[in-house]
Amino acid sequence: MNSLPENYYQELEQIQAVDFVLVELTLYLDTHPDDVKAINQFNQYAQYSKQLKRAFEAQFGPLQQYGNSFSDANWGWGRLPWPWQV
Amino acid sequence: MDEREKSYFTRMKSYSPYHSPFDPCRPIGKKFYSTPPNLYIGFQPPGMEQFDPHTALRKGTLWPAFWDYYENPYEAKG
Amino acid sequence: MWIYEKKLQYPVKVSTCNPTLAKYLIEQYGGADGELAAALRYLNQRYTIPDKVVGLLTDIGTEEFAHLEMIATMIYKLTKDATPQQLRDAGLGDHYANHDGALFYHNAAGVPFTATYIQAKGDPIADLYEDIAAEEKARATYQWLIDMSDDPDLNDGLRFLREREIIHSQRFREAVEILKEERDKKKIF
Ligand SMILES: [Fe+2]
Repeated sequence: MNSLPENYYQELEQIQAVDFVLVELTLYLDTHPDDVKAINQFNQYAQYSKQLKRAFEAQFGPLQQYGNSFSDANWGWGRLPWPWQV
Repeated sequence: MDEREKSYFTRMKSYSPYHSPFDPCRPIGKKFYSTPPNLYIGFQPPGMEQFDPHTALRKGTLWPAFWDYYENPYEAKG
Repeated sequence: MWIYEKKLQYPVKVSTCNPTLAKYLIEQYGGADGELAAALRYLNQRYTIPDKVVGLLTDIGTEEFAHLEMIATMIYKLTKDATPQQLRDAGLGDHYANHDGALFYHNAAGVPFTATYIQAKGDPIADLYEDIAAEEKARATYQWLIDMSDDPDLNDGLRFLREREIIHSQRFREAVEILKEERDKKKIF
């Protein structure tokens, strides 16, 4: 398999950063369910994460399975490298 | 949490274990243990200062007040 | 149900082929205070704990699986393409004899994973105190691993995982406070 382009790693890390904010806010909201400001920030980042993933998946194939991501024409899910390989 | 509150605690503590003349290893001097911010902050207050997303990912937390960088404290011992 | 996402939580890197470090790291894969034990502990306790903290146990338990995948990735990368001789020199001869390069749920000393590492007492306070202790023990394990490792890229990933234990411990401490609260009383910050 050819090695992945530089922007694969950059765009992936952008998703990782935004999703990390979402992980942190999730755990925070689990113990602070009344913090409206944090809920707004959570929804804003959830939106942003979806946008980034749509752009990433168009270039590098699906991130999720069971219909949460659309498939490319060649079922890239099983063809493209796995997270521990890259 | 402001700067003043941050200085209420240190993140690393140490103690000097008793060294007997019959302990053959060279005395290690100080033994260290870490006392991270989660031991001091209590229930997290809302609206704490945040890192930007990329920095947050790299540090492992969204909030500077909880960030506790760890380095081997024994490195200096030759 | 759970949905897998084809990405790591954090960009894991290692600097060198170093099976010796992989041998130590397996402590956090199949050891008593490792990520597998953490994930299984929280996701099992959540069925018998007050509703107020079920979300937290579910979400931290799920994050622990992401950490398990990071540890697996570190071990994979530290040993990938290593020869049997290299594994033997690193003290992984016993492992190779049974598993080749496969990962196995055991600790750094080769003791297989056991359900006895985790508890579900059914008492919310006892269970959450166990969870807080588990997070502090995992934090300590990451410190001992960082102390022994001279791989800067690996240490970067281990520092991320250590920091996550601090946050998890914080949230479990908050969960205890929530369960201690008197009924119908609003929390004062
Ligand atoms: Fe944890």
